[in-house]
Amino acid sequence: MILVINVCKENLHYYEFVKPIEDIVKKEKENFTTKKYPDLTKKDLEKAKKIIICGTSLKDFNYEKNLEKFSWIKSFKKPLFGICAGAQIIAKTFDATLNNSLHIGLEKINLSKEFLGVKGELQTYYLHQGGISNVGKNLKKFSNENRRSSVLKHNTKPIYATLFHPEVRNKKIISNFIKYG
Amino acid sequence: MLNHNTLKQPPQYKTMKLGILYSGGKDSNLAAWIAKKEKYEITCLISIASENKESFMFHTPSISKVKSQAQAMEIPLILQKTKGEKEIELKDLQNAIKKAKKEYGIQGIVTGAVESIYQASRVKKICHKLDLECFNPLWQKDQIELLEDLIQEKFEVIIIATAAFPLDQKLLGKKIDKKFLEEIKKLQKKYQINPAGEGGEFETFVLSSPMFKEKLKVKSFKDFGKDYSWRREIEL
Repeated sequence: MILVINVCKENLHYYEFVKPIEDIVKKEKENFTTKKYPDLTKKDLEKAKKIIICGTSLKDFNYEKNLEKFSWIKSFKKPLFGICAGAQIIAKTFDATLNNSLHIGLEKINLSKEFLGVKGELQTYYLHQGGISNVGKNLKKFSNENRRSSVLKHNTKPIYATLFHPEVRNKKIISNFIKYG
Repeated sequence: MLNHNTLKQPPQYKTMKLGILYSGGKDSNLAAWIAKKEKYEITCLISIASENKESFMFHTPSISKVKSQAQAMEIPLILQKTKGEKEIELKDLQNAIKKAKKEYGIQGIVTGAVESIYQASRVKKICHKLDLECFNPLWQKDQIELLEDLIQEKFEVIIIATAAFPLDQKLLGKKIDKKFLEEIKKLQKKYQINPAGEGGEFETFVLSSPMFKEKLKVKSFKDFGKDYSWRREIEL
């Protein structure tokens, strides 16, 4: 069972940031359950085979004020994928440095190494206000554009993160995480 | 299909006042209905009447008829005209949203964007500048599922423009119903037509939705165009 974590404060944002992820999981014919992050239980984390933390809107910083709700990430050993806000949460958990940088729209990036079965040039869609300026010693970067790192993986654990939204234009990355991550 | 009952509104959050970026077509109407079903307060509709029939940002056929749709929903309308030149139309959109914020106290905008990053990114940037939330409840939605939702929720939607082979004048005025759904699935298979017209293959007009207090009726119409590029201007 895949656990999809919703970090959106506003219910209406579910349709933009969570449902597209659920649709990809459904297409891969995997069972899933979706939970809002404040409602997560130890049982949810134990039952999950893999976890995806979704993104949220530009004005939503509620999850940042509640990072203690994600303290489980540090000791989590199963596959985990963070998208945008989810990537920022993973980055903060593993001591990366974030900066203020507004990014809305498409950008071409180059994956120097294979990331979840994808390598080379990618057209990616961004919607965030916080970039990752220094990945720290626990994470490695797979791309580096305009002094930002937007594709990360943990050095030793199956923990993946993208600052861009792979559910737009790069659904294959999420499918590959579900199948092989 | 439209309600996600796994999520409950936490009691500490007040309902936001929202403006709908409204074209009169199926997507903005469905987006408005989702916002309404999620118990947000819709305080106004914002429509842009572009003189540029080729506008990438705004839907143009029968745009003046949004007044009748707004009346049918009993929701105030801000109708902003624009010449439709690339950057000026964005400035005009920004002015209309600014007006909605001032006059109707909106805290966010709802759009019917499904696939267009061009449209969605521009609206997001304007909302960010004006310190407003931006909601895209149809974002990345499967196009067949979108049409099925319209049928299930009893929207009355007609085709008012076509712009792709083999969609000709005969399609104008057709309703989006189960029969249309089957036909468009065949066209998708044979000609790669986007079933909800996301590639600009066709445009729609909503005569009735669950938000309409009364149904609209087409009294007369005039068709313009040739071959596989047609536009129907309707009178209600």
